[in-house]
Amino acid sequence: MTSTKKTGSGLTRRQTLRMMAAGGAIGMVAPNLLGKPAFAQTPPSEPTGRIVVGLSQEPTVFNPLMPHIETDDGVAFSLFDALFRITPDGEIVPNLATEVPTIDNGGLSEDGLEWRIKLRDDVKWHDGEPFTAEDVKFTLELIVDPDFRAWRTTGHDLVRDIEVVSPTEIKWRMEEPFAPYLSFLTETFILPEHILGQAEDPNEAPFNQAPVGTGAFKWDSRQPGDNLSLVANPDYHGDGPYIEQLVFKYIPDMTVLYTQFRSGEIDLVGQAYITPDNYEEAKGLDGRVVTLVPRGTLESIYLNQALPVFQDKAVREALYYAIDRQSIIDILYFGVPKPAETFMPETSAYYNPDLPEQEFDLDKARSILDEAGWVPGSDGIREKDGMRLTFSNSTTTGAHLREQTQQFLQQTFAEIGAEMTIENLPPAVMWGDFWGQSQFESTMVGITYLIGSDPDVTNRFHSKAIAAKNGSGSNNAQYSNPKVDELLEEGAQTFDVERRKEIYKEVQAIIRDDLPFLPLFRYTNVYGRKEGLEGFEPNPNTRTESSHAALWYWG
Amino acid sequence: MAAFLLSRFLQSAILLVIVSIIGFTVLNLMPGGPLSQYALDPGMTQEDMARITEQLGLNRPLYVQYFDWAWGLLQGDWGNSFRDGRPVTAVIARHVPATLLLMGSSSVIAVALGTWIGIRGATHRYSGFDYMATVGAMIALSIPTFWFGLIGIYVFALRLDWLPAGNMYTIGDGSVLNYLHHLILPSVVLALVHIAIWSRFMRGATLDAISQEFVKTARAKGVSERRVVMKHVVGNALLPMITLAGVQIPSLLTGALVTETVFTWPGMGRLFLDSLGYSDYPVVMGLLMFSAMLTIVANLVADITVALVDPRIRLA
Repeated sequence: MTSTKKTGSGLTRRQTLRMMAAGGAIGMVAPNLLGKPAFAQTPPSEPTGRIVVGLSQEPTVFNPLMPHIETDDGVAFSLFDALFRITPDGEIVPNLATEVPTIDNGGLSEDGLEWRIKLRDDVKWHDGEPFTAEDVKFTLELIVDPDFRAWRTTGHDLVRDIEVVSPTEIKWRMEEPFAPYLSFLTETFILPEHILGQAEDPNEAPFNQAPVGTGAFKWDSRQPGDNLSLVANPDYHGDGPYIEQLVFKYIPDMTVLYTQFRSGEIDLVGQAYITPDNYEEAKGLDGRVVTLVPRGTLESIYLNQALPVFQDKAVREALYYAIDRQSIIDILYFGVPKPAETFMPETSAYYNPDLPEQEFDLDKARSILDEAGWVPGSDGIREKDGMRLTFSNSTTTGAHLREQTQQFLQQTFAEIGAEMTIENLPPAVMWGDFWGQSQFESTMVGITYLIGSDPDVTNRFHSKAIAAKNGSGSNNAQYSNPKVDELLEEGAQTFDVERRKEIYKEVQAIIRDDLPFLPLFRYTNVYGRKEGLEGFEPNPNTRTESSHAALWYWG
Repeated sequence: MAAFLLSRFLQSAILLVIVSIIGFTVLNLMPGGPLSQYALDPGMTQEDMARITEQLGLNRPLYVQYFDWAWGLLQGDWGNSFRDGRPVTAVIARHVPATLLLMGSSSVIAVALGTWIGIRGATHRYSGFDYMATVGAMIALSIPTFWFGLIGIYVFALRLDWLPAGNMYTIGDGSVLNYLHHLILPSVVLALVHIAIWSRFMRGATLDAISQEFVKTARAKGVSERRVVMKHVVGNALLPMITLAGVQIPSLLTGALVTETVFTWPGMGRLFLDSLGYSDYPVVMGLLMFSAMLTIVANLVADITVALVDPRIRLA
């Protein structure tokens, strides 16, 4: 069973002072009057106990520069460090670097092309070797090495002339200004040059199965198909770790995962692992803390703009009016998610709160179509210039809530004379060329638009990012608007935060007006943890709930 | 015997080639592929996807990929998993012990109980016990294993708190007792359907044996009923069971799939499901070949064993 040892009374002088400051003198005299013993809110002086995190996918990729999924991120954040990290409110803070480069502090040149990063001098790899600028250079070069099976290379492919100035300073030049790069670097974990640099083939190196990082936890063991164990790194340069062992337990079935959370086998479930239909029950479980955490992912009806019927803005507007979004949220999703109007998460500093709110109004939808010349045919389906208002909608088979939503939409769309057929596909088929090459007519899909906290969405909305038209990116809706293109280009080259806010708020306003997709709701995940697991703070700017396990402890 | 073995070896080799061609083709023709899991990643461009496809050699013609894979297999190289980069043989080997443990314990339960129920059912034909055994077997065969698994978890883990809700062991406790504690529920659930199969077969085989002349002769000679059953009936009834074991054992190895999922058991069944879900072609092919080889070998062993035990059968 999971250990839930308490810190006990072995407090250091500093901890005692901190405790008095936090809890007041009363906490010393009668700590239970505060509801909980005051010392329970203080991390232990030595790493103590174990936390088991339940996952529905198995972490299998431990070289974080190689292609991986969000589940692997939880392990990477615990084993490795990046130059910077993102706080839950979107602020970029130093991690292996000592400061975030800006034009003001000289880390960035005025034109945004020269980058100079200062590094910590007190960081050691898990094998005791010192971390230096050579490791950063090695990492950035490895990502763009054509022989290395790297994950995404956007931004990194603009880096030129990397120069190690000293063991604690590195500089490089960018081929063109690219403001999002700072955010990309928060997810670029630095790897050890002294190990991987010596490997004959980094793709096959033993390191990939037993990684060595600088993070708060060290590699311990892995039982494939079952669990992965990390242990505390006592030499960690940052705060923590406060637990001895961090275990990632893989439970593929979400019902079983929830059952094991109930039975106490696992201490923490995050992301989407408590399904909305279990939320009400989960809230009432004894000894469990269950919370709703908004995520960056937006559920929407994605419309392929290459389809003639969707090229008529009136159709897109009418369909949006014909969505009873609140009923979908309340009835099908048990009121858990929140409606949204934009791809930008509400937690982002770049979020535009002034967008018009969607209304469910069938009469309005009908009148828009009437005015646009869409006339009901003999079977009730509208037609215009020989074109019928009919389209298919696809999502992944087996996603029962989405399938119910589709059926619901099918009915309301029919009421305004639009015919939606349902053509669902298995995930492996859906996310192949069908999605990548925009072979769909419309899809129901949850998409994350941002990398880290940067508002750049060139990859999703720039007309040069349409893969189906040999573009570079994943603009799968084949959306094209010259004004948006212009703004996105300016935004990517602008380092001034205030100007960027204006740019991306305008991008959101235009896209809300154009409706290349019909927003349904922002993902809200039901997180659950055992009572007493302290220091847990969800971070919507990362893909994993385990991004800061160094600060977790049993209170 | 030598001619029999050579002929079976050749048949097996041809069968394996056919299985591999069909498996490889079907798997690789499925749309999507191993990279589709990255499709919704905000920073993943089609160029990145194309680059990784090329690095993994997935853009080569299918027949080239097949011959490359088959040539490797002949040299003992089963390829590397796309998911974690380890050799396929190592990936499979890490999952075998969990399945063997589950399979072993459920087989012991299934064979022991199934045989006993079958014999008792046959020797007490149309009795209350026989009817109960028949109905019980029909229920066990008709209801999906995952339902039994979930009910078992609900009753014994959540309601009564007697047994763990899943997993092979409790993290932090690697004692034998802990493993055994975790083994009870999944092995009983997995055994249920096999008890039903064994008992039905054993009942039939026993009835066949009972009707043989030598049984009647033994009875006529005044041998006690218990001795007749134990010595003459059971011994002969067990012969068809060897053939059944040849089919059942390999299917148990890979067929624990549902049980392993419900009870989060890190065995080969779940490895197969996971690998299929992520289109991890090398691992799926590895498991397919492993399973095919196992089936062929188990059947061969069963045939030889039957011939050795029963002098009426000769291998040629």
